[in-house]
Amino acid sequence: MNRSFVAKNPSVLIFLACLAVFTLVVTILSEGFGIGVVSTSFVKTLGKTLCLCLIAVAMDLIWGFVGILSLGHFAFFGLGGYMIGMWLMYERTRLIVVESLSQSDIPPTAAEVTDAIGNQIFGVVGASEFPLIWVFADSLVLQLALVVLVPGLLALVFGWLAFRSRVTGVYLSILTQAMTLALALYLFQNDSGLRGNNGLSGLQNLPGVTASQDQVSLWFLWASAAALGAGYVLAAWLVWGKFGSVIRGIRDNEARVRFLGYSVESYKLAVFTLTACIAAIAGALYYPQAGIINPAEVAPIASIYLAVWVAIGGRGRLYGAVIGAAFVSLLSTWFTGGQAPDIPLGFYTIKWVDWWLVLLGVSFVLVTLFAPKGIGGLFDLITARRSPDRHGADLGPDDGALREQEAGR
Amino acid sequence: MSTLLEVSGVSVTFDGFRAINNLSFRIGEAELRAVIGPNGAGKTTFMDIVTGKTRPDEGRVLWGDKSQSLLKMSEARIAQAGIGRKFQKPTVFEDQTVQENLLMALKKPRSWLSVLGYRPVASDLARVEELAAEIGLVEALSRKSGELSHGQKQWLEIGMLLAQEPRLLLVDEPAAGMTPTEREHTTDILVRAAQTRAVVVVEHDMEFVRRLNCKVTVLHEGAVLAEGSLDHVTANQDVIDVYLGR
Ligand SMILES: Nc1ncnc2c1ncn2[C@@H]1O[C@H](COP(=O)(O)OP(=O)(O)OP(=O)(O)O)[C@@H](O)[C@H]1O
Ligand SMILES: [Mg+2]
Repeated sequence: MNRSFVAKNPSVLIFLACLAVFTLVVTILSEGFGIGVVSTSFVKTLGKTLCLCLIAVAMDLIWGFVGILSLGHFAFFGLGGYMIGMWLMYERTRLIVVESLSQSDIPPTAAEVTDAIGNQIFGVVGASEFPLIWVFADSLVLQLALVVLVPGLLALVFGWLAFRSRVTGVYLSILTQAMTLALALYLFQNDSGLRGNNGLSGLQNLPGVTASQDQVSLWFLWASAAALGAGYVLAAWLVWGKFGSVIRGIRDNEARVRFLGYSVESYKLAVFTLTACIAAIAGALYYPQAGIINPAEVAPIASIYLAVWVAIGGRGRLYGAVIGAAFVSLLSTWFTGGQAPDIPLGFYTIKWVDWWLVLLGVSFVLVTLFAPKGIGGLFDLITARRSPDRHGADLGPDDGALREQEAGR
Repeated sequence: MSTLLEVSGVSVTFDGFRAINNLSFRIGEAELRAVIGPNGAGKTTFMDIVTGKTRPDEGRVLWGDKSQSLLKMSEARIAQAGIGRKFQKPTVFEDQTVQENLLMALKKPRSWLSVLGYRPVASDLARVEELAAEIGLVEALSRKSGELSHGQKQWLEIGMLLAQEPRLLLVDEPAAGMTPTEREHTTDILVRAAQTRAVVVVEHDMEFVRRLNCKVTVLHEGAVLAEGSLDHVTANQDVIDVYLGR
């Protein structure tokens, strides 16, 4: 990475500094460190939020910069979680099984151990055989590789089919919704091999680690912060040079890019696959902090929320996506966690658990209509970035094109 | 003169409407050609076919010394083969600076991997400056192209076309929305470009076409109605009836 990249993108340094300070402050105030102002469960919430910020960066890359409104990126996020969850669950169960069998007089055979693990894991869905997809579950290295390989391959195949047939705009969004719905429905089946609607659980316990959750939660916070930092720098670097120029061109007017001699499809496919991998890594860090993953996590609505976060934060600027994801998801935790006080109106009491979604929906509509730059637009007031003086319509003919109000001079 | 592009017997039908009807057309290396014709004659559709945007129902489109067929190639491949195009409505990347627009068009490897590693070197920036000077946009290099005037956008698009260094330039109504002086300048650019490559210009303005001082093809209802010098075609009774007489 050369000097002019940093020089031309001071916001990257500012972002990294903010992220470092945030991580440090949370660490010092945590129970794991000893001060204990921030509870371990809240450390986990913050760590998970960082993972959501990372997938929001991926979403902003594909939507804000390439103009593809993907409503399926949570499928990749969930798959990443499942891949790491398989190893976590296998290995922990194996340790427990070996431990309990070692009490018996005759040492157990390898087959007996495997059977016992299978019984433990798949008992809930009335099976005990290991499905084929678990072949690598005993290897951390291989499962970690699968975290990016499985979602990456799915994105590659899906993207290749969709982009090659020139599906764009709303139709592509619907297609991505169909993909995540299909995946969720498949995972819901008991014979999917991934424990149906029970999902994978106990993921917060790292096999062979004796440290308390106070400590483990900090490790994951650090890992999530590092991943977010790396993902942010990578994304900023991608959208900076000529590659950034081409993908923004595709967002605003892909036909024009084609007539310049660029193969639009391969650019879309490259970014789509890359963002799927980033989403998968975010998921692999998220679910060990959440402790459980089940098919509901990849329900189509999750991917729609992702688009809402990015829109509220302001698309087409990476920090906007991070702010949107952090702000909305934390607010959502607060409202749906029952902490927000109910509002008695006399004839009716507004319970936020029920009304939060309505509030979110209304805010989304209001932001789209009246503040297209989202929360990120507030930074323009400080940096005095002005909107262009063009008196025209949107910046391009394509569905994903930046609207005039979203652009900067 | 050796043939650069040969279109023969091409027809296109849109929902039963024959926009291009058994059209044949050829242009040689380093030739300047004007295409005129009434609205809806199929001039833009003709460019769509050559650049791969529209697939014809029948006919052949052959390109270059090896007479390669363009019909199976994607738009990007055709552009890489050396055909550049300027659209009727100016289309530049409005959210990007004039410099970024020109750099993107500059003749360089187009694959995403090579673009990822690309950083403009001094000679690239110099070439961009040179192009900007030619189209009168040196002062505007760091401005977002969305802020340019209509005429300036037209020029930027012509500049991008030159940056591509194509062997054939297809230019759709380049002078629309330009002042008379701007038009004159545009003619100069096109005439100069045609010294080293083939240029096809679609234009309604007869004054503009006269200044180009080249062979003219008149299209009507998707087929060639007349071809020859401007004086020759304007004297043609059919041309007067369908185009000039109205
Ligand atoms: N994609 C399309 N679908 C249906 N009809 C089309 C399509 N493209 C062009 N046409 C029709 O084909 C005919 C030729 O259109 P074309 O745009 O080529 O005309 P033109 O000669 O460029 O006219 P103008 O001088 O107005 O630019 C018109 O009648 C137009 O309506
Ligand atoms: Mg036209």
